[in-house]
Amino acid sequence: MNKIGIILSREYLSRVRKKSFLLTTIGVPLFIMAFYAIIIYISVSDNKENQKIAIIDEANLFSEKIDTSDHAIEFYFIKNETETSFIKKYKKEGYQSFLYIPKNVLGKNQYRLHSPSTASLSTIETIETIINNKLRAKQLMARGINPAEFDKLTLAVSLENTIDSDEGSKKSFAGISYAVSFGCGFLIYMMMVIYGTQVMRGVSEEKTNRIAEVIVSSVKPFQLMMGKILGIGAVGLTQFVIWILIMLTMQSVIPIIFPDLISQINTTTQASSENISMLTETLQGISSLPLLKILLSFLFYFLGGYLTYASIFAAIGSVVDEDQQETQQLVFPVLMPIILGFVIMTKAVNDPNSDLAIFGSIFPLTSPIVMMGRITYDVPFWQMALSMILLVVSFFFFTWITGKIYRTGILMYGKKASWKTMIKWTFRKG
Amino acid sequence: MHIVELNAVKKYFRDQKAVDDISFSIEDGNIFGLLGPNGAGKTTLIRMITGIFFPDSGDIFFNGKKFNPIDDVINIGYMPEERGLYKKMKIGEQAVYLARLKGMSRNDAFSSVKKWFVKLEMESWWNKKVEDLSKGMSQKLQFVTTVVHHPKLIILDEPFSGLDPVNANLIKEEIFALSRNGSTIIFSTHRMEQVEEICHKIVLINKGKKILDGSIQAIKQEFKEHIFCIEGNIIPEHLMTHFFEVVSYHQGKLLIKMASDITNNELLNFFISQNINIQSFNEVLPSLNEIFIKLVEGNSPTRKFEPIS
Repeated sequence: MNKIGIILSREYLSRVRKKSFLLTTIGVPLFIMAFYAIIIYISVSDNKENQKIAIIDEANLFSEKIDTSDHAIEFYFIKNETETSFIKKYKKEGYQSFLYIPKNVLGKNQYRLHSPSTASLSTIETIETIINNKLRAKQLMARGINPAEFDKLTLAVSLENTIDSDEGSKKSFAGISYAVSFGCGFLIYMMMVIYGTQVMRGVSEEKTNRIAEVIVSSVKPFQLMMGKILGIGAVGLTQFVIWILIMLTMQSVIPIIFPDLISQINTTTQASSENISMLTETLQGISSLPLLKILLSFLFYFLGGYLTYASIFAAIGSVVDEDQQETQQLVFPVLMPIILGFVIMTKAVNDPNSDLAIFGSIFPLTSPIVMMGRITYDVPFWQMALSMILLVVSFFFFTWITGKIYRTGILMYGKKASWKTMIKWTFRKG
Repeated sequence: MHIVELNAVKKYFRDQKAVDDISFSIEDGNIFGLLGPNGAGKTTLIRMITGIFFPDSGDIFFNGKKFNPIDDVINIGYMPEERGLYKKMKIGEQAVYLARLKGMSRNDAFSSVKKWFVKLEMESWWNKKVEDLSKGMSQKLQFVTTVVHHPKLIILDEPFSGLDPVNANLIKEEIFALSRNGSTIIFSTHRMEQVEEICHKIVLINKGKKILDGSIQAIKQEFKEHIFCIEGNIIPEHLMTHFFEVVSYHQGKLLIKMASDITNNELLNFFISQNINIQSFNEVLPSLNEIFIKLVEGNSPTRKFEPIS
């Protein structure tokens, strides 16, 4: 058993010491955070230059100035010009683009924006909103309806979902639950594929390097396989721990470095007040989730799922040579249940108590991914227990079977292994 | 005292009798040659002796006790024919790692690797990676990793392939030194001249069976063909006799195959009676190479798969 430890620590250290490990472990969350920071900055900051847009209003829709104070657009009405005559002039006169509203705009349901190059989506959207609102108001007025009254009538009422459990009622944050479930399931899916293929590559490297023969003359093939699988799994866990630490430090450090950040955000433009309420909603939502339970099940399902699949990947690595195509052929059937799990998971986050979701979260080849997709919703105890027991059993089962394939495959050169021969090896004794 | 004893060992694969009922023993401290053509079953045999494979039937004894891979691997060093090292790992670390896998403690492994690196003038390579080494250098490293844990039994499969004469000699000297210090060496190769130079005893296997076993001298005696070399003022055309057949004549050297009922003295008398001035007279023993080729002749170049009935 001690030899597994020696192998484990080599596999672990040789990966953790690599620069690429540091890069992905620290770089990825920093990159994501920088990304969000930029998005928040852009949405909060009031840096937009007002666009000057000319309007030739042949339909005489607008008698007065259009109120554009909520948008980064200013409209200027042009008189005594036609569409064709103004095309040559509007750039010279300092307009970014000009809007042409023909006489029969209501009949054709169309008006035109002239611009030197393709106008940005947001510009088009803004113009559409403004003009359509105006048009609607005009139509309403024409029918004798006060637009303000109409707005009151069509106001959307938001639905709050309250969960009633034995501990009392609490507000549900469906969106947050959805996001966290999906995120956890996706992360497990990614980790299983990434670290599984790492195991496969490592095994196949040892085989083609021929060092496998030297090592199995010192240790049992099973020890070599387990040492590698556990070592790479430990790399994955290390990555998680670092990510969690980074998150915790960020959470506590950011308010210290930027104490006025929140209040600053609060005092910026009105449009962003929606973002702020979303932010506080998110924070509230996250803290309402059973975080410890999620973390522990995440660790369990990551380890269970990874270990089950890693042994299969190790077996594949042991039978392939450097032939890429052959590897692909053997890997594909293994990836299928993982991808299936991912697909079921995307359904399960929407409908966590459907039959498919329940089956997927208990069946051991998909359960690590699907169960994480249901984790923020209350999963009945028996389902959770059954799923965990089956996962542990399947881990032992697959390790036992793949250990036999591995033992034979790692010393076999030049022969192509098919699934058929691999299954034969598993039934061989000795 | 026999360090390794094989008793009716068999290993059948699905479509091949890789090792078919082989028995032999190796004396402590010997340099032992394990010979055979490609596909004869040498690698399978070695893998059983190193504990990588278990025999289907038969027994292997190591150091007088039944071979138990878990306890005995520390006493065995194995250098496979296909060399294998981690390309991206530093050389010193790699040697220490492999020694620890054999069962040495970290400190012992470290000092032993240091010692061997100094001995083979490799200490400046410690932090280099294997991928930076030449073929000969990695061969030396492979040799070090094989012997670093002071094994009682060292198995070397083609240890000189890829080495230049200087380094080959260096390794050869180390093999002799290890043997003098009490290690037993199993030496597997196709290069018969190396076997004649190095080995005390050999076993020749072919198609999974042992076909020859013994000391090199005894084997040569067994396969001698009564061929003699005579040097002198000979004109072979004049030699018409039932005593021998002329095999070849070249620059005063006459090779003859003696009839089996003739003694050496009768032959010499014949030459003397012909008034021939003999400068030298000696028996020519067959080389191991010739014996090898003779015995495995008729093998098709690669071994056919034969179903097991």
